[in-house]
Order: sequence, then C-alpha cells, then structure tokens
Amino acid sequence: MNAARIRTLVRKELLAVLRDARSRTVLIVFPILQLAIFSFAATLEVKNVELALLDKDGGKAAVELTQRFAGAPYFTRVFALTRQAEVAPTLERGRAMAVLVINENFSRDVAASRPASVQLLLDGRRSNTAQIVQGYAQHIVEQYDEDLSERAGGAALPATLVARNWFNPNLAYLWFTVPNLIGMLSMVVGLLVTALSVARERELGTFDQLLVSPLSAWEILTGKTLPAMILGLVESALIVAASILIFRIPCHGSLGSMAFSLVLYLFSVVGFGLFISSLCNTQQQAILGTFTFMIPATLLSGFATPLETMPRLLQWVSLANPMRYFLTAIRGIMLKGMSFGMVFDAVWPLAIIAVVTLALAGWFFRKGLD
Amino acid sequence: MNALVLRRLEAIMVKEVLQILRDPSSILIGLILPVFLTLLAGYSTNLDIEHLAIGLALEDASPEARDLAASFGATKYFKVSPGHDRREFTNDLVTGRLVGLVVIPQTFGRDLARADRSVPFQVIADGSVPNTATFLQNYAEGVWQSWMEVRARTLGGQATQPVQLVPRTWYNQELFSLNSLLPGGMAINLTLIGALLTALVVAREWERGTMEAMLATPVGRFEMLLGKLLPYFLLGMGAMAICLGITLFVFGVPFRGSLPALTLVSAVFMVSALGLGLLISSLSSNQFVASQAAILAAFLPAYFLSGYLFEPSSMPLPIELLSRCIAARYYVSSLKTLFLVGDVWGVLLPDMAGMAIIAVVMLGLTLRSTARKLS
Repeated sequence: MNAARIRTLVRKELLAVLRDARSRTVLIVFPILQLAIFSFAATLEVKNVELALLDKDGGKAAVELTQRFAGAPYFTRVFALTRQAEVAPTLERGRAMAVLVINENFSRDVAASRPASVQLLLDGRRSNTAQIVQGYAQHIVEQYDEDLSERAGGAALPATLVARNWFNPNLAYLWFTVPNLIGMLSMVVGLLVTALSVARERELGTFDQLLVSPLSAWEILTGKTLPAMILGLVESALIVAASILIFRIPCHGSLGSMAFSLVLYLFSVVGFGLFISSLCNTQQQAILGTFTFMIPATLLSGFATPLETMPRLLQWVSLANPMRYFLTAIRGIMLKGMSFGMVFDAVWPLAIIAVVTLALAGWFFRKGLD
Repeated sequence: MNALVLRRLEAIMVKEVLQILRDPSSILIGLILPVFLTLLAGYSTNLDIEHLAIGLALEDASPEARDLAASFGATKYFKVSPGHDRREFTNDLVTGRLVGLVVIPQTFGRDLARADRSVPFQVIADGSVPNTATFLQNYAEGVWQSWMEVRARTLGGQATQPVQLVPRTWYNQELFSLNSLLPGGMAINLTLIGALLTALVVAREWERGTMEAMLATPVGRFEMLLGKLLPYFLLGMGAMAICLGITLFVFGVPFRGSLPALTLVSAVFMVSALGLGLLISSLSSNQFVASQAAILAAFLPAYFLSGYLFEPSSMPLPIELLSRCIAARYYVSSLKTLFLVGDVWGVLLPDMAGMAIIAVVMLGLTLRSTARKLS
C-alpha cells in the first residue's frame, strides 16, 4: 500500500463524481428533496377519516353519541346516510372509511339501562387504517359509557388504564420516519457512488486502465472505498443536520455515537456496493444487482413492517442487512438516548459485514487482474 | 401510404421483439424480477402484529392482580416477560428487546376493593415505533375491558359497558393485512418493472447511438414510439400475470373481481408505467442517469405515495396532491377493489381516467423531448 498513490486515486474519484453537474444534482439535491417529501408521506398515522353515520333511532342518546363521533379530531369528514341501502355503495366506492350504524331501539334501551349496541362497519381494503379507526371508535364509546354510568349515579369505573408512550409521548410519526429515512437515503447514496460507478468505468474501459497501472487490487479497493465514505458521510451529515434543525427531531444521544454508527454503516454499505460491482461487467448488471440488494434491504429492515412478524428464514437473511442494525441504533440514539455501550452492542455486526464484503470484493477484483 | 406505415410499424416491432428475446436483461426484468419481488413482498410485509414482547411488572401479590396478569399472558397478542418491579424493564425498552411494559401497582388489589377509588394501572409503549405502540395500547385496552366484563359478571353486578361497539370489517373480515398489501404491492412491482424495462433498455440504445441510427431512417417518431411500446407492453402484461398468479396461488389472496376488468385496468396502467420509463430514458440518454432516475422518480414515489402502505388521506395537502400525479396510486386503489370487493365501476372508471391522463402526458412529453434531441 502506498499512501501517495491512494491519495491521488481518492482525488481522482472525488473529482469524477463532483465534476458532473447531473451527478452532483442526483447526489446532493435529490436526497434532501426526498427527505422533505417522504418524511411527511411515510405515515401510518390515521387522520382525515371519512365517516358516514346511519342513525335509524334519532333519539336523544343516539344524537349525543353521533355528536361525539362528529366532534372527534380524526373524523374530519362526517356525513349522514338516510337509508340502509346506502351503506354498501358508500363503503364500496370508498366514500367513507367507516359507517356507524345505530339501530331503532338504541335510545330507548339506553334510557332503560338495558344493554345496547352500535355497529361500526369498516373498509377492510385499508386493513391497518381499519384497525386504528376501530381503536378510535372503541375509545369514544368507552368514554360515553363512563359518562353514562356516572350520570346514572353509579361509581366511576373502579380502575382506569393509563396509557403512556415513552421516547415519543405523542406518537409523532415524523419522529419515526425521519431517522429511518436517514438510514435509507444514506444507503442509496452509498450504493450509487460505488456499485454503479465501477460498472460504468468498466464499460467505458477506464477501469481496465486502472488495473494495468502499478496500483495493486487492494490499493484500488481502498481508493474506491475512501471517496465513497467521504461522500456518504458528508451527505449523511447534511441529512442528520436537516432532521435535527429543520424537522426538529429530538436527539437525546451523543453525536459521537451517531458518528460512530454512521461510519460503520456506510462502511458496510460501501462494502456491499463494491462487492456487487466486483461481480458485474456491465452497468445493466450493476443496476439490477443494486436493486436486488436494495429492495430486500429496505423491506427487511424493520422500517415499514416489523421484523418480528416475518418468517424465521427472512429474519435470518436480515442478519446480513446493514440497514437493520443501523435503524435500531439511530432510533435509539435520537429518541431513546442510548448510551455508547448500547449503540456498540447494536452495531458491531456492521464491522463484520464490511470486512466480509470488502474482502470478497478485493478477491474478485484480483481475480479480474490475473 | 397507410399500408406503408403499417409495414414499417410491423418491421420495427419485429426488430424490438427480436431484441427483447436476445437480450437477457429484458427477460430477467420481465420474468424473473416479478417472481422475486412478489415472493419477497408476500413473505416480508406483514402488519398483523402478534406476540408483542412486553414486560409485565406485577408489583402487587393480590389474587385480582395475578388474575389480570394471567389474562395478559393468555392472549396471542403478547409475549410476556414477568417481573416484580418496573425498573427491571427500563433497559430492555431502550435496547428494543421489549416494545412495551404493563405495570400493575402495589395498591391495585386494595384499591380495586374500594369502589370509590380509581386505581390506575399503566401501559407503557415504546413510542419510537408509533404504529406498534398504537396496536399495543389497543390490545392492552381490549384485555383490560374483557377482564373488567368478566369480573363484573362474576360479582353479579351490572355490566360495565351500557353501550357496546360491535365492529365488523367488510371485504377482509379477519383484517388479514396481506390481503390488502399484496394487491397494492403488485402496483409497486409493476411500476419498477415497467420503468426499468424501458428506461434501461432504451437509454442503452441512446448511449450506443443505435437510437439515432433508427431515427435517421424514414420511420416517424410516433411510429418509433409505438413500435417500442407494444412489445414491452406485452412483456409487462406477462409480468402482471406472473405477479397475479403468485398472489393468488402462493399467498391465497381472494380475487372477487373479473379477469377482463383486471386486464383492462392493468393495460391502462402499463401504458403509463412504460410511458414514464420512455420519458426517463429520452431525458437522461445514458444508463447511469436513467437508472438513478428510475429509482428516484419511479420506484420511491410509487412506494411512498401510492397508498399501498401509507394513506394519502393522512398526508399534508401538498403531498396528497403530489400523490395524484403518481399512476400507481390509481392502480393500487383499483387493485385492492378488484381483489377484495369486485368490479366496482364507480372506483375503476375514475382510476382508469387518472392513469390515462398520466399516460398521455408522459408519452406527449417523450415525443417532444425526442424531437428536441434531434434538432
């Protein structure tokens, strides 16, 4: 290894990426733009629900209950139906997410303290939303029940459940999405500057020129890894700064642990990128390779859907996924104030992934040399 | 004249079909990628949260407290780690080994006996994953409510709930999330396949200069576009059939619509997806930029803005409006309806209109940018 040679190579690589206006845009403007758009889009929170009411009773109790539904903040579009026949088309066409049906004898039963019930029909096409809306409705009815038994002179319910959410008391979805997007966008950048750029050089023939130069395979590998790390870290630092300063996501942990986990994460992503590129001869192969890595990496990271619900086999596969470790760490650092020791426990497998992928990449590069 | 146009079109299509058949990457994208993506989506995306790992701090030894603790252990929703002090569990919440904590305080049994006291017992969820936290709170609420019901009944008292909510979910009774996620996922896969097919393959032609050679012949731009579109359209529809087959026969998702309706809707969508790919390729004209654009302009927006997983109605207005420019949004809505409800033309027709408008805009822009490139 020769430091001067590597320094020259790193400079050349950085210039190659940054000189081209289009790739500057792709690398700098796009991730920030995406952070802005997707952090607001990626929400499983349920707001602005359309609710239809079919009040066949019309009595005092029914009116009171429907008003409680209409007044709840999540039901922003509430409208009344007049006939049972309207219920099916309303749900079918998606005009309402849910229909609340109150039957004829409701008010009479409530007044006579007989058990009464109301029906909530939900659109199962939106299965996650359906469950959350059901939770909202349950809550409104329970509140109503408590008030009824209090008014009837009975004691308040003897024990109440106190719900608390640690680390994110109001369950702000943005606090969840933004840290995850930091992981996702850093990965996209890291892969773009490694996997695709080597394949492009191969197609243009400039990679062969590198290979016949006095540089060894390991020097070339280092010369490819370092610039990608530098670009990736600058990029991630920008994204993290935007998350904290613009999106106001709390960061309870130390910036040192953040930097530590970012370096390890990018190292392993770059390792994967170079490994993919060492296997590919054309850009098309590299692009397909990048996709076949990136899509499972996103799906098996615990971002959109929890890892715990996946089949055992996929959970094992996810052990090789750098994003999985990084997401645990970044959520822990920002929201939970994880200590350095805990962060270390969460991310050390990244070092192994990086070493293995880089070694494989180096081996394949060298095989190309012989 | 007309016969000549047709013959030229035929010649271009024969050329394109041969090109597809001889190019391993189009076959890979059109036939292998859909299998891989659908299987992966089917096995990995599951929002049905069961066996949530929670800690249960039973700080009270009364029979009531132990009974309540047992009912938390009995549901399939929770996997309980028992303990006697809430402090035992705080570290596990930080590291993420547990996603929640139920605390039954020391005074629980004593206060329960006295009707005038309300005894708060606590459910603490890890808010850093809000969706799981919401589910945990809802399940805990459910366990608590039914425990209270049983208790009230055994004590011979009045039911604690004068009014009960009876929820019914239509179209997907068991609220099996795969039933709604997989049909929507088809739209994401086909967006990616459509964009990759055209963006990469056509961008390569621009890069190698064969596209300009073609355009130098008497073939018109429009014929050229049509000639490119049709073979890839057929390949894309083949990919759709593969996704459909796996969704139905491997994952057993119900299909309540009709095949002609699905084919019609998918055809309109496929034109818009290929149109996006053609536009990307004619704007970027090299594979490096085209592939980045395919990720950034086709795949990620489809994933985030289509309503496949995240509801557009919950997004802020400007982003909700942006999502209306994504063809996948209309396709997701139609697919979910076709699979779970049936041929509801009140949903399908507006969706098809939206996709058709996007397709026309994409193809129009492609024609314009091809013209500009030549001059």
